[in-house]
Order: sequence, then C-alpha cells, then structure tokens
Amino acid sequence: MSDVIVIEPDKGWKLISIRESVRYRDLLYFLTIRSIKAKYAQSVLGVGWAILQPLTQTLIFTVVFGNLAALSSDGVPYILFSFVAMVPWNYFSNILTESSTSLIQNKNLISKVYFPRLILPLSSVFSKLLDFAIGFVVMLGFFIYYQFAPGIEVLVFPLLLIILVMTSLGTGMILSSLAVQYRDVQYAMSFLVRVLMYGAPVVYSIEIIPKEYLYVYALNPMVGVIEGMRSAFLGTKEMPWPLISISAIVALILFLFGAFYFQKMERKFADLT
Amino acid sequence: MSDPIIRVEGISKKYRLGEGKKKVDTFSERIKDALMYPINNFKKIKSLTKFSKEDDASVFWALKDINFEVNQGEVLGIIGHNGAGKSTLLKILSRITEPTEGRITIRGKVSSLLEVGTGFHPELTGRDNIYMNGTILGMRKWEIDKKFDEIVAFSGVEKHIDTPVKFYSSGMQVRLAFSVAAHLEPEILVIDEVLAVGDAEFQRKCLGKMEDVAGAGRTVLFVSHNMGAVEGLCKNGLLLSGGQVKFQSNVKDTIAYYRNLATIDNIDLVNRSDRKGGVDFKFEKVEFNEGNPVLTGKPLTVTIFFNARLDIRNLHVAMTICASFEDRLMVVDNSSQGAPLSVTAGKGKITIELEDLRLLPHKYEINLWAAQSKQVLDYVLGAASLNVQETDIYGTGITLNTKQHGYFASNRCKWEIVG
Repeated sequence: MSDVIVIEPDKGWKLISIRESVRYRDLLYFLTIRSIKAKYAQSVLGVGWAILQPLTQTLIFTVVFGNLAALSSDGVPYILFSFVAMVPWNYFSNILTESSTSLIQNKNLISKVYFPRLILPLSSVFSKLLDFAIGFVVMLGFFIYYQFAPGIEVLVFPLLLIILVMTSLGTGMILSSLAVQYRDVQYAMSFLVRVLMYGAPVVYSIEIIPKEYLYVYALNPMVGVIEGMRSAFLGTKEMPWPLISISAIVALILFLFGAFYFQKMERKFADLT
Repeated sequence: MSDPIIRVEGISKKYRLGEGKKKVDTFSERIKDALMYPINNFKKIKSLTKFSKEDDASVFWALKDINFEVNQGEVLGIIGHNGAGKSTLLKILSRITEPTEGRITIRGKVSSLLEVGTGFHPELTGRDNIYMNGTILGMRKWEIDKKFDEIVAFSGVEKHIDTPVKFYSSGMQVRLAFSVAAHLEPEILVIDEVLAVGDAEFQRKCLGKMEDVAGAGRTVLFVSHNMGAVEGLCKNGLLLSGGQVKFQSNVKDTIAYYRNLATIDNIDLVNRSDRKGGVDFKFEKVEFNEGNPVLTGKPLTVTIFFNARLDIRNLHVAMTICASFEDRLMVVDNSSQGAPLSVTAGKGKITIELEDLRLLPHKYEINLWAAQSKQVLDYVLGAASLNVQETDIYGTGITLNTKQHGYFASNRCKWEIVG
C-alpha cells in the first residue's frame, strides 16, 4: 500500500515539512531554471544585466559618496570598498523585492495545483544566487585590476554566505506570506529596500557608528555579513566576530520564525491570492 | 483491502465574502471614516482568515458536512449547479486549500488537473515547459525523461519543441499541455472540466485518453457540466447542491435527479444558497402578471423583488428563459436594450413588461443575473419557473403545444396564393 494522505484543518504551529519539499526537488530545480531563463529571455544583454546593475550602482556611489562626499573607505579604493558590500546587499534586496510579489505572481500555480509552497521562496533564493555569483566574479575582476590579494580570512566566506542565505530566506518567507494577505507589503518594499540600505554599512564605513549603538545596529543581520565580507576580502580590519555572531543568531531566529510562519499561512494562500 | 481509497468525513468549508461598505451620512462621520480607513481595512483583511464563533452575514458555507467514500477503481462524476461547491471540494481533495472542518483520508498518489498547462511560461520553449508542467503536476524528472518522446508525439508539435511557446498557436499550447497531463500515472486522478478547451477533435482525443485511464482500473473523480461526458465516463454520480451532498447513486439516476432539481420550487428565492453573489444585491422574489395566469400572445409583466445593500448605478440585469435546465431560449437584458437601471439601497422591485409573449404553453426555467460593470452581484439558476398556460392564440379553437410546435408561436401571418 502506498502512502496515506490525511487532509484536515491545520491546527497549531508545525515546522515546514522537509520530506515533502525533498520529494518535490525536481520542481524546485525547474522553477529556479524557469525564473533565470525567463528573466533574461529576449534581452540583448541577457545575463549582462546582472553585471551592469551592480556596476553602475557602485560607480554612482563611488562618485557621490567616495569622491564628492569623500566618505572614509577604511583605506582601500572606494570602488572596492563599496562593491564588496554591494554584492551581498543586492542579493538580499533582490530577494526582499521579489518575495513581496512572488506568491501573488504565481497565483495561477497556487490556486490550481498542490505542491509545497516553500518551493516558491526557495526557488527565488536559488535563482538569485546566479546574480550573486556573477557579481562575485566581477568583484574578483576588481581585485585583479587593483592587484589586491585577499588573505587567509577568505575562508570565512562560506559561513557568511550561509548567514546571508538564511537571512534572505527567513525574511523572504515572512514577507511573502504577509504579502499574500496584505498587499501593502508590495508597495512598502519598493522604497523600504532603499531605506534599509542606509541602515547597513553599504556606502559608508561602520566606523561612523557610535560605539554605544554598535550592537543595536548589528541586529540588522546584513551588518555582520557586509563587515565580514570586508574583513574577509579586503583584510583591512580584524574579522568582526562579535558582529558576525549577532548576525548569525538573528539570521537563525529569522529563519526559524519564517519557517513556522510560512507553514502556518501556507494552506490559506489559495484562498487569499 | 476493503478500505476505500478516498474517505471523506464531515468536510465543511467556510469562506468570508467581501463586505459591502457601510453608509455614512454626516460630514463628521465621513471624516471619521476617512481617518479610520486604514484601521478598518486592517481588521477587515485580517478577518479574511479568522472566523469567530458567531456566524455573521458575511460568512458563507461553500461546503457543509460532506461525507462519501470512493473505492479503488471507481470512476465518480461530481455534478451540480454553479456554486454548488464542486470546485471547492476538488480544491480540498487536491490539497490546494484546507477544509474548515472534517477529515479526508486518501490512500494513494493523487494528481489533480484543475486546468491544463499550469506553470507554462510563454518565454520558455516547449521542451522546458514539458518539464516545468510535469514536475508541477508531481512527476519526477526521470519519469518525464522516460515519457518525453511519447508526450511530444501525442501533442503533435515535434517541429517546434525548441521554440518558445509564446509563438505557438493557442491550440498547440493546449495540445502540448494536455499531453503532459495525459501521461501522468497517478493512482487517483482528479479532473475539473479540462475538456472545455480545444477544438472538437481534440476534445474527442482527450475523452478517449480519459476513458483509457478510467478503464485501466484507476480511480477517477470527474467534475463537469458536460452531462454527456459524465454519463459516458463515470459509473457513479454524486450530486452537490448548496454545498451539500444531495444525491448519490449510479450516474444515470444522479443525472436524472439533477435535471429535476433544476428549479427548487420548495425553497424561496430569498433563501436559496446555490447562488453566486447575493451580498450587495440579492434577488428575493419573482412574480409574473401579479399572480394572474400567463398566456401566450398576451402581455407578460415580470416583477423582480430585490434587496440592495448600497446604491448601484448602471445595474445590469438579465433574465434568461430556458426550456429546461441549461437549454436557453432567450435572454432579456436591460443593457442590450438600452434601458439603464440605477437602484438605491434597500428593498425595491424591477418590472419587465413584454407586450406580447410568444412562448407556447410550457413550464420554463428562469435564470436571473445582476451585475455592475462586469462584476456579478447575484446569479441564480432556476430562480423561478414560468408556467405559460394553454390558450387559443389565433382564435381558431386550436391550441398549440411545445411537443409539436416548438417553443415559439409566430405572429398571425398573412397567407395568400400568389400567381
């Protein structure tokens, strides 16, 4: 006898079903491919846009903040300083924007077929990794140009990447389930993302944050990730372990809360989209 | 192995309908209303997923205490009016939405086809879309790999398999989508009116494929308005009405029962729950000639009593006269006749006057429909039955009947032999 499925009203809080999601891993793969292919279909530059976007952004910041406002960049060329932060930040902000619309845009899937809904935020987390990887390669290009060799600290990078992905997935799960019920999330995200960027040390150095507020500031998990990236690749400062630890804890909380909340809301999506 | 493959126990599903806006009269109330707008909105949206103990008017039971069992290899047709709860039941069975109460136990792998081509992306090639759609329907990649050539051959789009589907004709898209669905091999197949797509030839092909599935001993749940398809495909029938199981038997008896149910004479129109809408605007009662007999060739006055919760401008009302269920003879509607209607909140009535009724004696079914700018406000099938009585219309002593003379009487004609 094959497996028995029981359908009944959902009661209480449960963790997302890992087993179900694993069973649908092929769908995750094809959804990820679909969003990558569809995104760059019928565009001349194609994936080139993934290079151009962070690049122009960084150039503008370099001119405005690095040259005109002459912000401190911890003694490295400003363009390197901000690009190292831009790569993880763009990944995070892309996921914020996308998750506020992804479930609504996939309304036709949600209201017509069953699959673990978690696949949708997961697929944006994976498909955006391509943009991240491209940005990363461009970043390495800058290192070669400026003849900058990262030290042994780069070994921390995988840990930072895990924190980044957990933060993004956690926030993505919360935002996407909220956005199904409250469309306000969608409108708020379009400008909140820009506001949030100034709440993380993307364009400025963390040195300008007063010491007494540093640990409150670090509650933004992107602070630890960005500062960690700078220490890992630019090697200007000691690895900021306290900041990274706070980030890791916040990321874990976001991820767990997101997973619970998403599971709680998941079965109502079809009635709300 | 006497356990049923599907056991449905006490399934109910509540929905909350969007509430109409309260009327505010005074200026201060209006300002208060504007200031409280976000807070009231928040409460309203939040309440979409929360139900309190007491049922208020905005709560709607799409399904109420549904119980049935399906055995291994059974092919069950689920029929009912629009709004009877068929789609909701399928959505619960397919795990798209959860029930408010009750429990369903399913022993086996379910695939549900509530539409064809779910997940198709116009920018992707036919090949990519086969994989996309297949995995969405629950297939594994290796399963699709194995059946890929078969799927492509069945769809007949071999040449264009690496072209983005946005360049396909709509017929080609449907064929490709259906071939993916047709190659699913679930133990239980749940199908909702997917046959309503494609041309006649393709529909026949689909029906044939579904007969194969049903014949192969698999369990199939089939929902359709196409009684011919239901009768041809299913052995058993289940009739839903007003969110409840009304009748369950073999397919022939169920369809017969359904046809008789077309007008529910014993339930007042105002209390009918098998309607679409009925919140902001509700049909409450229909009267013909103020209760006096309706005769062919004589004027007919239809009085429709309604209750509106708010002012409605440009109301669109249509009355459909059917010979029997779903067999429409004519539609009388105000917008195509250039007669704008606006109603104010509260109870009221609309009268429709036909100068000269040309319908022959018969018991006709009346469907009522009201809408405002394409949004349906209320829609009731079989809202009333119109009993046209026998009369000698031409004054010749001969009465006409629908068996011999069709449904319409011509005007008196001029007869002449020319030449």
